[in-house]
Amino acid sequence: MLKPVSFDRPPAVRLGDAARGDFFAGGLEYNPPARGVWNIVHTGMLIPETHEIFACAQGCLRGVILTAAEMKALDRMSWISVSEQDMFDGTLESDVVDGVSEIIEKLSYRPKQILLYLSCIHLFAGCDFDVIIDELSEKFPDIHFTDCYMTPTMRKTVSPDAKMRAQLYDALTPVGLDPKSVSILGNDRATDENSELVRVIRKNGFTLRDITLCRTYQDYLDMAKSSINIAYLPTAAMGCEELSERLGAQSVYLPNSFDAAEIRANMAKLCDKLGVVCPDLNDEEQAAVSALEKAKTVLEDTPIAIDFTAVTQPFGLAKLLCGHGFNVRYIINDTLGEDGAAFDALKELAPDITILSAVNVNMLHFPEEEHERVVAIGQKAAHYFSTDYFVNIVQNGGYYGFTGIAAIAALLEEAALVPKDRRRLISHKGIGCESCL
Amino acid sequence: MKNVSKIIPCYAADTSGVCSALYEFGGMTVVHDASGCNSTYSTHDEPRWYDRRSMIYISAVTELDLVMGNDEKLIADIVSAAKDGQPEFIALCGSPMPMMTGFDYRAVAEDIQHRTGIPTFGIKTNGTRSYVDGASKALLALVKEFVHDMPKEDFDGIAINIIGATPLDFGLTGAVESMKKLYSRPKMKVISSIGMGGTLDEIRKAASANVNLVVSYCGLPAARYMEKEFGIPYICGVPLGDTIQAGALGSFMYETAHDGISRMMAAMCRGRSTDERAERLVIGEAVLAGSIAFEWSIMTRHAVDVICPPDIDAELSPDKKDMPLYAEEDIKAYIKDRGIKEVVADPLYKYIIPEGCRLIELPHFAFSGRCFAKDMKDPTCNDFLDDLVLAINKVK
Repeated sequence: MLKPVSFDRPPAVRLGDAARGDFFAGGLEYNPPARGVWNIVHTGMLIPETHEIFACAQGCLRGVILTAAEMKALDRMSWISVSEQDMFDGTLESDVVDGVSEIIEKLSYRPKQILLYLSCIHLFAGCDFDVIIDELSEKFPDIHFTDCYMTPTMRKTVSPDAKMRAQLYDALTPVGLDPKSVSILGNDRATDENSELVRVIRKNGFTLRDITLCRTYQDYLDMAKSSINIAYLPTAAMGCEELSERLGAQSVYLPNSFDAAEIRANMAKLCDKLGVVCPDLNDEEQAAVSALEKAKTVLEDTPIAIDFTAVTQPFGLAKLLCGHGFNVRYIINDTLGEDGAAFDALKELAPDITILSAVNVNMLHFPEEEHERVVAIGQKAAHYFSTDYFVNIVQNGGYYGFTGIAAIAALLEEAALVPKDRRRLISHKGIGCESCL
Repeated sequence: MKNVSKIIPCYAADTSGVCSALYEFGGMTVVHDASGCNSTYSTHDEPRWYDRRSMIYISAVTELDLVMGNDEKLIADIVSAAKDGQPEFIALCGSPMPMMTGFDYRAVAEDIQHRTGIPTFGIKTNGTRSYVDGASKALLALVKEFVHDMPKEDFDGIAINIIGATPLDFGLTGAVESMKKLYSRPKMKVISSIGMGGTLDEIRKAASANVNLVVSYCGLPAARYMEKEFGIPYICGVPLGDTIQAGALGSFMYETAHDGISRMMAAMCRGRSTDERAERLVIGEAVLAGSIAFEWSIMTRHAVDVICPPDIDAELSPDKKDMPLYAEEDIKAYIKDRGIKEVVADPLYKYIIPEGCRLIELPHFAFSGRCFAKDMKDPTCNDFLDDLVLAINKVK
């Protein structure tokens, strides 16, 4: 528990007293050592046969290059460093064009596509990205150049993550829609094959396309054939809409909910789009309930902490667990996302849940404080509560719907029984990616 | 182009240098940046992050704050965090965006100090330079703030400050502890480590030393300042176990303490007198690379070149020939054109070592970060040199 210290900017608030929106006053930020969440480097690497080039200052380059180094993919990334002089001498655009050209000539292979990342300083200086892309496209007509953005100063408008998940499909052009082809867009990892979402698609004879399943560049380009594009991550919704509009396909957002009614509504919406009969899902729902009940017998009243990196709807998961008798005591989340309804419901159901900030500077010493034994869902929660008993997933871990609930319940049960090597697991950057560590 | 790299990484940036240098002194270091600096630093440039807490934060600035010149928000945020954290000092540095807007570090630092009563200094970084630049400035600022003139130690021997050690160059290998042990013997004592392995209370007594041992280029500006202000001479070098180089460094350190004349290159000669062209090369931070080159030169009786991509100071280069080469192509061309046969460098240099040249791996945290951290060894221990010699002799 937090010591009863009166902070100028407290990092904790009782859920019952919290207002919608930002839960904490903004300020300086601390960065906890939990690295499982993917960044724009990991996401860009999902496109086969592509090369990433970053143009930015050394400080920004360092993080992205070592991301690639740790995932043993340095051969798929190059960089152009920007100096003070470059920012003021009118050569911002030409430096990028010349640098990219030099890199391409020296590469030992010919990439099909280049993801070119510019940074905050380029945007701030009014760098003309269109000119850069046009010149490079003219010079290297066999390569598709995609403008990508590493612009954290703009995160309050469009997050770099959401922008990346939109630009990821930039090379897809209209090739004629296949009515029996469906894509899932913007996810880092394949959706669980056992999920009702995937099963409905496959059982009804549709081809499922997903960037995580692409093995060749042609597989990736073929995603343009899908007549229905699905997104279920909040950061993927914008990209899904943009791509669908460009290709004339249908776009459908099916948020990864923990609410039975919403799961059923999502599936009904999908089946309507597909033109197929919606399964009744009673067995799946019952299996989810059984898995929750089984987990509850193991956890009993053990306090649970959920963080926002583990699932996209932490309040939604908390509501589900509270509804099944679990002792959800903490939620680590700074801003309310798409699970506002669950948040409101928890004000009645479990108003004493403590919401903790993930970045507030007064969380720095939280891990050293005395804690009761907590089972954590997510790496940040594991770190802050110094617990080796945790569910090691980010962004729902590829699980979805009732089957997703059952899977997460099983992981929760396992987490309560079997300790994990916390330090090693949370140090690994980009969960699921290869790592040299 | 000088600023292009096809494959090898860049070195840690100036902001990381500041944070790393100030990590252990109970201060609060704030990087004026949106997001990336803190994540990059704490993931790739700071091996202490998981086990040892330090008040290193970012300002989380947004484009709107920058465009509108909303410095008041930053100041209020720092004042609030200082109230909660009660740091010994506050250091403020920044990334490229504040540079674009002409952010005034000195003025903001003065304002914060006025409001909090806590010593505050602005360190003008911009994320475009190497960690050496940032760490140098940070240690200089620390010394200017906390080291004041005082009587010399009443001690029949030499009293030493070790200056410039950070995990970026030494990893978590116990190097500072080893050096402290090495120099804690009759007629020698260590007053402080201005860098890792030290405390602010020790640093407050640093002016009582009579010689400064500069173990990385990061410590040189602070050493020069202390020479000018307190008359403490300095010597550069890292003692490499029981070697001729370490012995020479010890002797020169005595000489420096007694004659008061600083020595930049005493323990970093490269045997140029025997060969005009070297076939051996060390790539790395200037002082450590120079120390290794010196010992390698003695072992082989041949010249050894040094390339210092992070930065080089002319005075650190004994014959003014050490290269501050940075660009991948320049380093590659240097090795090829000069017919270099053996290179001691970080393992990630493997990508640009030409055929016929052998890479002897020496992980450098400021270059490859966590990738080879577990393979780093304390350069002041015999194991380090034994392994290096073993690697050097491997294929011969």
